Amino acid sequence: MSSNSIASNRWMSEKMDGFDPSPNSNSDNEEEGVHVLAVDDSLVDRKVIERLLKISSCKVTAVDSGWRALKLLGLLDEEDKSSSSSSSSSAGFDVLKVDLIITDYCMPGMTGYELLKKIKESTTFREIPVVIMSSENVVARIDRCLEEGAEDFIVKPVKLSDVKRIRDYMASREVRSVQNQEERSSSNINKRKLQECFDLSLSSSPPSISSSSSSSLSYPSRSPSLTPSPPSLFSSSAPCSPSSLDSPTRRLKMTGFD
Amino acid sequence: MLGWGVDRLRADMNRLLAMLFHQGVLDEQFLQLQQLEDESSPNFVSEVVNIYFHESEKLLRNLRGLLMDREFSDYKKMGTHLNQLIGSSSSIGAKRVRNVCVSFRAASEQNSRAGCLRALELLEHEYCYLKNKLHELFHMDQLRVLAAGVTYPPQH
Repeated sequence: MSSNSIASNRWMSEKMDGFDPSPNSNSDNEEEGVHVLAVDDSLVDRKVIERLLKISSCKVTAVDSGWRALKLLGLLDEEDKSSSSSSSSSAGFDVLKVDLIITDYCMPGMTGYELLKKIKESTTFREIPVVIMSSENVVARIDRCLEEGAEDFIVKPVKLSDVKRIRDYMASREVRSVQNQEERSSSNINKRKLQECFDLSLSSSPPSISSSSSSSLSYPSRSPSLTPSPPSLFSSSAPCSPSSLDSPTRRLKMTGFD
Repeated sequence: MLGWGVDRLRADMNRLLAMLFHQGVLDEQFLQLQQLEDESSPNFVSEVVNIYFHESEKLLRNLRGLLMDREFSDYKKMGTHLNQLIGSSSSIGAKRVRNVCVSFRAASEQNSRAGCLRALELLEHEYCYLKNKLHELFHMDQLRVLAAGVTYPPQH
């Protein structure tokens, strides 16, 4: 059957490379199209997240491990490379320019958390927002990722509404970066809003300021009321829009704490 | 002849889907996948599901292989396989298979070989049922596509 052969061909090419370059054109145009690097060891999940992102008008590069992601970004240690070539990837293509990284948490070898840390430790890539996905709804895990500088945490299975939320965030982030080129305070506002919205439903230890944030903003005292702020990350109506943040907090409330 | 077959096929497909939802075999994540199909990716659901079948059968073989070994003790490895199966099942909306895997994982965490064997039997049963029903669904879909390509009366 034709559909079966299409499936097997694509599966085969995935298996061979562990890498699925997006066929999208317009790679030079930075204004249009968010380029997302998706990292997940599960082929099924890679296919799904890839489709979710493409249907949300994002360009996607999907890889099967943190190691491969770092390689594509050009972040691997020199000694790990077999060739003695320069900083361009030993696989022969230029270092990837990405706008967002979305990664699974549980992966063999390098976890999504470890990948997150490596990205936030890098001067080149620390400003790139990183979103963590996990099938396990563990509050401590979510907190740890956010404290390490993750932009958002999605509980699997990933839905279109999750991707739309991220897409909207990226769009507003682009607008803000044009308006305010000096400082990316948006990511800190995002973290603060996220943290305070979690705070509404959770009680946990006070967050530590992520070492990756370059801004001089300090964490406000933990209280449900928010001071007036620049345009909200998620929506323009409320500082902390419940519908946009509904996904992780709703799931947290429903499934309880670990 | 095939012209009005499209409507009948579509009705049959909807009936089958409704039954699978009612039985809890599928959940709304499957609907989410269907929403991701369009002209640019018309076979997305069957492609992903076929990948799921391929990978799941590997995992099921591994699980059975582990349990059939008399000296089996690697419950951790079993847990790893189950986590993969739980994740992928949830991603395609295979609710009952996923839930059986979760119980299976609980049995493996208790290091209960008997419990694991029982869970594996149940898992294989649920997986077979899911696979048969989804194959039925995809087959109907392929017929529907064929039928939709036929115009009546034939146009030259």
